[in-house]
Amino acid sequence: MYAQMIKSEATADDPEKLAAFQARIDAGEKIEPKDWMPEGYRKTLIRQIGQHAHSEIVGQLPEGNWITRAPTLERKAILLAKVQDEAGHGLYLYGAAETLGVSRDELTEMLLDGRMKYSSIFNYPTLTWADMGAVGWLVDGAAIMNQVPLQRTSYGPYSRAMIRICKEESFHQRQGYHIMMKMAQGTPAQKKMAQDALNRFWYPSLMMFGPSDKDSVHSAQSMAWKIKMNTNDELRQKFVDQTVPQAEYLGLTVPDADLRWNENKAGYDFSQPDWSEFFDVLKGNGPCNTERLAARNKAWDDGAWVRDGLMAHAAKKRAARVAAE
Amino acid sequence: MKNEWPLWEVFIRGQHGLNHRHVGSLHAPDAELALKNARDVYTRRNEGVSIWVVEAQHITASAPSAKGPMYEPSESKVYRHPTFFDIPDEAGHM
Amino acid sequence: MGGQGALFEYLLRLGDNTLILGHRVSEWCGHAPVLEEDIALANTALDLIGQTQMWLGLAGEVEADGRTADDLAMLRDVWDFRNVLLVEQPNGNFGQTMMRQMLFDAFHFELLSDLAGAGDDRIAAVAAKALKEVTYHFDRSSETVIGLGDGTEESHARMQAALDLLWPYVGEMFTPDDIDAAMFEAGVAPDLRLLRARFDSRVDRVLKDATLARPDSSYAQTGGKTGFRHSEHLGHLLTQMQWLQRAYPGAVW
Repeated sequence: MYAQMIKSEATADDPEKLAAFQARIDAGEKIEPKDWMPEGYRKTLIRQIGQHAHSEIVGQLPEGNWITRAPTLERKAILLAKVQDEAGHGLYLYGAAETLGVSRDELTEMLLDGRMKYSSIFNYPTLTWADMGAVGWLVDGAAIMNQVPLQRTSYGPYSRAMIRICKEESFHQRQGYHIMMKMAQGTPAQKKMAQDALNRFWYPSLMMFGPSDKDSVHSAQSMAWKIKMNTNDELRQKFVDQTVPQAEYLGLTVPDADLRWNENKAGYDFSQPDWSEFFDVLKGNGPCNTERLAARNKAWDDGAWVRDGLMAHAAKKRAARVAAE
Repeated sequence: MKNEWPLWEVFIRGQHGLNHRHVGSLHAPDAELALKNARDVYTRRNEGVSIWVVEAQHITASAPSAKGPMYEPSESKVYRHPTFFDIPDEAGHM
Repeated sequence: MGGQGALFEYLLRLGDNTLILGHRVSEWCGHAPVLEEDIALANTALDLIGQTQMWLGLAGEVEADGRTADDLAMLRDVWDFRNVLLVEQPNGNFGQTMMRQMLFDAFHFELLSDLAGAGDDRIAAVAAKALKEVTYHFDRSSETVIGLGDGTEESHARMQAALDLLWPYVGEMFTPDDIDAAMFEAGVAPDLRLLRARFDSRVDRVLKDATLARPDSSYAQTGGKTGFRHSEHLGHLLTQMQWLQRAYPGAVW
């Protein structure tokens, strides 16, 4: 879902090699960087891991928006540590993508000029402190739902990055829910903020899983390659089933009049988000697309002299060392 | 201008007495900063007591196509493993 | 001022320095020149916030008026803050931030080294813990200042400009007043003039490797640590930092 709209690439490789490759995956073997792999597998992975990495990096911004306004020293430290983790997760994922023959700078440039996407969720604004709770609880909750199965993905470096990420991520959702608990048990104003945050983040969170893909050929290919482990609808259903009781515990109302328990499927029936809004946001028309990309571009452009300066110093040091030998 | 910081592989000793283990990679302009970056990126949760960094281009890796000749010959040397030998219980722990 | 009053003031100085600098550094999160730096800056900020909790917590205990570290951070106004002017200066570009960091780290390292052996056990314990963190801060900030100073023509020029801009804020850290004197008398704080000599040799080494020229002015802007006259920047920082606590008094977060 951090990689919401990945179409797997068709592949024109030798059928015999393809079959052997598929057999390895079916046997549960991991594919490692130097192994033979179909071009489609490589390209799909680069796009998916890259999009996931970009989502972590852009995902720093909506929460970073509140670091300087956190209400207590402890909350500030927790939020900062959490947003820092997102940077770390982006770094691990770029590292995994780099084993496929693309550099981090190349991926970054593709994010900055719009050739690559990031998750739609980060184009929504964070307006109150309760949004820090809602993002942790709902957005990280949805992310974890996707990431946990990806620990078993067929590509070794991706799988190892996901294992590390999941281990670190486990505190993120809990800290978000903890904020929501304090708000929901707090003053009337705090409670109102909590409900407002849920109202604004509920449908965008459901969109994180991407549109229904149960009949998609691309999805089927990605699932055969084990770079996608579940359908979007499966994960969305699981997310709703997990989240609704948590909202009830908080005494908050999920903004869906048609939400009800369905005994037959042992899950909730719920309303779909507005998919036209989703496609609009992906196209760049979300509330914060412009600011988010501008912020990343500014960081990159403003940082160029720093990156170049430290490289130049490293080269001088190397030259001096060689001269001394 | 293409001036990307080189890629480094990071190895961390998690506890005293254990081997260093590969944990991931990062970018840094030189070895000194690679070490510091590794400290900041990979030991945020108290994961290490020692760090190695190696510039990725200096690692020599075995080729996947050589898997058979490289590793299969050792499969048949079963006598290298203690379980190959049946020792009666009466002989005591061995 | 003597006794507990001076001790309280002194602890505010320690805690406000780390509070305000930690806040400034945290402003970088998500905007640094490269991911590794983003993560490293956050580590520094986290250390400083942790030190703030300890220093201001101790200040609250000494004051014995029921104020917590959070109360002190969130509910005082500009004139009650006791941080030096250096740490409230805006981040500017990355080089300016790293220069500010290196200058403060050099002072902080020397100060904490002495406080770790202070006559007051509570202060010595906090200082000893903080010293480990700050040793690394200085390692990192000085290496970055050296790298950028010695790097390209552009990075060199930017670092020299940062040094020139921030140098007038160095003197205040070493300008003793009644509080410093009382703490020195009590065997808690070091002689700031001796500290300055160590600071100078430490910073001079960095500047030499960074190929930067130390400004020859010794003029010092003052008024931060006494609270007499902060810069305009501090008020804006506080409007952000304290917003929630001020807007919703008494709420639990």
